[in-house]
Amino acid sequence: MNELRRLIIKGSVAAGTLGVAVGAGLLVPTSVLAAWPDKAFGEKKMDDAISTLLGSGEMTESAEINIKAPEIAENGAVVPVTVTATMAGVESITIAAPNNPSPLVASFDLTDGAHGYASTRIKMGKSGDVVAVVKAGGKLYTAKKEVKVTIGGCGG
Amino acid sequence: MATIKIRAKEKDGVTTVKALMTHPMESGFRKDSKSGGMVPAHFIQEVMCEVGGKMVMNAHWSGGVSKNPYLSFKFDGGKGETLKLTWTDNMGKSDSVEEAIG
Repeated sequence: MNELRRLIIKGSVAAGTLGVAVGAGLLVPTSVLAAWPDKAFGEKKMDDAISTLLGSGEMTESAEINIKAPEIAENGAVVPVTVTATMAGVESITIAAPNNPSPLVASFDLTDGAHGYASTRIKMGKSGDVVAVVKAGGKLYTAKKEVKVTIGGCGG
Repeated sequence: MATIKIRAKEKDGVTTVKALMTHPMESGFRKDSKSGGMVPAHFIQEVMCEVGGKMVMNAHWSGGVSKNPYLSFKFDGGKGETLKLTWTDNMGKSDSVEEAIG
């Protein structure tokens, strides 16, 4: 009985240490690293969403970011957007539509081998800008392109 | 049911991945015309791509990505390797696919 008790105590101590290590950020499980940033996605203003997501709202406009999107989107439910960033050391590409009810649309974390390129299709409630924010070398760069939407995208 | 269609092609040392997923992508901002209530949010939150066990791309999405989402990205190398693409939605469902890079 006593033996068992010792074992249980030992076990719980070991588990406790592990918990502390995780808490202190010594061991970072991938699930924690990759947690969905619900706070940033819940922001109603684009600037707030971007600073919550990327840690800073300071951005420089850059000609090295190219946004490919239609000038006139007939269907706001499907607006193809391609972002290409030619600067070195691109860490992430974030796509936002400031006129949407939740402006932050998508964010792509790109690791070493990945190119500064991301393409997807987004919804746009009404006409407005598509904004791309690129994080490269710890700094934020941005570019935007206006898209006119003839049928809103919130109807799915 | 497989929900992911994927194509990965290597050319001149760069692999281009194109993927199409089947998903309703409900943003939670849409009204249901029958009941008058809001259609609950149901969308893919995360798409992760690994090559040879190493993460290449990790995307976080909101309900602002179109229904049956399309995704494309590029990375260096990848010749002869296998990539794994996984999505997870806000209801905890997920699916993944493995594809040999051709």
